[in-house]
Amino acid sequence: MAEKSFVRMEMLPEQAPPASSVGVIGWVRANLFSSWFNSILTVISIYFIWRVLAGILPWVFLSVWDADSLAGCREVIAANWPGAESAEHACWAVINERWLQLLYGFYPPELYWRPNLAIILLFVALAPVLFADRVPRKLLYVTMVYPFLMPWLLWGGTIWGPLMAAAGFVIGFYVIKILSDEIGALSAMIVGVLATVTWWLGAGPAVADALSGTLPIGIEAVESRKFGGFMLSVLIGVVAIGVSLPIGIVLALGRQSDLLIVKGICVGFIEFIRGVPLITLLFVASTLLNIFLPPGTNFDIILRVMIMVTLFAAAYMAEVIRGGLAALPKGQYEGADSLGLDYWQSQRLIIMPQALKISIPGIVSTFIGIFKDTTLVSIIGLLDPLGLANAIRADAAWNGVYWELFAFIALLFFVFCFSMSRYSMYLERKLQTDHR
Amino acid sequence: MAESTHETMVDREIDRSHMQVSDEVAIQITEMNKWYGAFHVLRDINLTVNRGERIVICGPSGSGKSTLIRCINRLEEHQAGQIIVDGTELTSDLKNIDKIRSEVGMCFQHFNLFPHLTILENCTLAPIWVRKTPRKEAEETAMHFLEKVKIPEQALKYPGQLSGGQQQRVAIARSLCMKPRIMLFDEPTSALDPEMIKEVLDTMIELAEEGMTMICVTHEMGFARQVANRVIFMDAGQIVEQNEPEPFFNNPQSDRTKLFLSQILGH
Ligand SMILES: Nc1ncnc2c1ncn2[C@@H]1O[C@H](COP(=O)(O)OP(=O)(O)OP(=O)(O)O)[C@@H](O)[C@H]1O
Ligand SMILES: [Mg+2]
Repeated sequence: MAEKSFVRMEMLPEQAPPASSVGVIGWVRANLFSSWFNSILTVISIYFIWRVLAGILPWVFLSVWDADSLAGCREVIAANWPGAESAEHACWAVINERWLQLLYGFYPPELYWRPNLAIILLFVALAPVLFADRVPRKLLYVTMVYPFLMPWLLWGGTIWGPLMAAAGFVIGFYVIKILSDEIGALSAMIVGVLATVTWWLGAGPAVADALSGTLPIGIEAVESRKFGGFMLSVLIGVVAIGVSLPIGIVLALGRQSDLLIVKGICVGFIEFIRGVPLITLLFVASTLLNIFLPPGTNFDIILRVMIMVTLFAAAYMAEVIRGGLAALPKGQYEGADSLGLDYWQSQRLIIMPQALKISIPGIVSTFIGIFKDTTLVSIIGLLDPLGLANAIRADAAWNGVYWELFAFIALLFFVFCFSMSRYSMYLERKLQTDHR
Repeated sequence: MAESTHETMVDREIDRSHMQVSDEVAIQITEMNKWYGAFHVLRDINLTVNRGERIVICGPSGSGKSTLIRCINRLEEHQAGQIIVDGTELTSDLKNIDKIRSEVGMCFQHFNLFPHLTILENCTLAPIWVRKTPRKEAEETAMHFLEKVKIPEQALKYPGQLSGGQQQRVAIARSLCMKPRIMLFDEPTSALDPEMIKEVLDTMIELAEEGMTMICVTHEMGFARQVANRVIFMDAGQIVEQNEPEPFFNNPQSDRTKLFLSQILGH
């Protein structure tokens, strides 16, 4: 009996943990050398990493920055590191000479401030969306103006064009607002969209022309063929990302709709686009569309490409979001319904916030994929960084430079893609409220 | 749960008198039929619920209790017959449906709280968006009802941080914030541990004492005895027997009812 019953009379004081389990030594022991197998793996890995770095680091850092051609680079290498092969040392001189071109394409240098301003404003416009709880909500006005300001900054020309495009949205908004009580939300929305499109195709440009005739306010115009470099990638990427998300949401909802026609259109669209390689769509944009458009229409090539990339992204987005919708328990729909929320209210307040949250990793993957896919436009002759790399090599001075150009381009893309990836992790953590 | 018989008796007397003075009908279901595909779930349901009446529905699993109660706020659609709730007939007219749903509160077995919103936001959402109540007023109402279900201190937490019993009480408060005229409960306690069942039932009893019209699917027979005006027994999609609780439990008429009661009360 006495052995089994026990009552503690004195509570033990807290003691420091043994030295071998804390600090650097503790960490190394626990993580790198916890068993003989683990130790062997650690040693092999360290050796492997050392070999890789020993190959790359000298190439990166023992390199040539000042030369005016690849031959010049090779001379410097031969002089500085006698006996070394020229491939053992990078020739960054090409980046040094051409980095502005890689960033801006053939955009007029005296107007570089415009894309610069556009990208700064992009971050200002994104801030209230990405960090809603940390920046003043007033910044949302910048976000609303940005889609019209950005094209004007980049392409220049009269200010009335973008203003009339914005007016199209205002018209659509008021048409929907006024009609939705009379003829129901769905019909009002259809009429609203039709009104907007009619305005854009018909009255809008006419009014813009008339106004710019009488009141010519504008900045110097820049033609699309001067666009290029990383600026072009970011431009296409940002538009595709920004526009494909709302279209994707609508497509995903349409795919779940009870209305057979709506559902059929959405399914058909999604499956068609997903079944066709992006490059095919880009060829359609660059060549085939010209055949179908009435002769003499001037449908900007960059705009065409942006539309194709956006549609492509939207189809993938729709499927990612559908996955999020499918993951929501039926009870959430019923909870919303039983409180009397209508379809759009429950979508906006209950369903979408949760479905989008679930889909964040997939959405961001799609974003990253689309951003990288913008490099495909080089195949149809647009001068994105890859296209420019070819153009630069075509110059006799730099014929034969490969690694340096690709490494630079890769770095640019990596910075953007990695930021997106980190942001998505931040967002997931922030939205974690279910405490499961 | 049958401990407060004295109170219950008083309550029921008060309530019956209430029923007599107002014969206003809250829900009228006539000749209602429903099929899932070819499966005939609900057959010739006739049921009239007066204002202030508390009805408990029981019956074996799969007998169509949930389906019946979900037809009342059109979470399920019926194919034949008529359902009139609060003077409005349920048809496929979306406006009518949303109107009825905002007058009829519903609590589910699995609570169906919105996990991305705080308790307070869960409670104010529908008043703000459906009733267009100003936010401040909606929050005051929400706090009032959260106090009533005895969890005002949880208002700023998320549903995932609460126990099951607390979540179900939030769900009740959320429905009450819409000031519904009718409350539906679908097995509100069957996903809960025994010690939490009581806190939820207490809340429901309090609600019943205030004269709320309630239809409650439950297997808590103590609750049925204590608050129900009428107990309805369903089997195979039909109403097999209905009666006041005392005669229903003490002297069931149908064999199916006797079998069911012996099974459920047997252990
Ligand atoms: N969506 C559905 N599609 C097809 N059949 C269904 C569906 N929902 C329920 N049923 C069937 O309808 C019958 C009645 O279901 P219901 O959920 O109303 O039963 P219940 O009485 O609530 O049972 P329980 O006590 O288990 O909750 C069951 O046989 C069930 O299998
Ligand atoms: Mg059920």
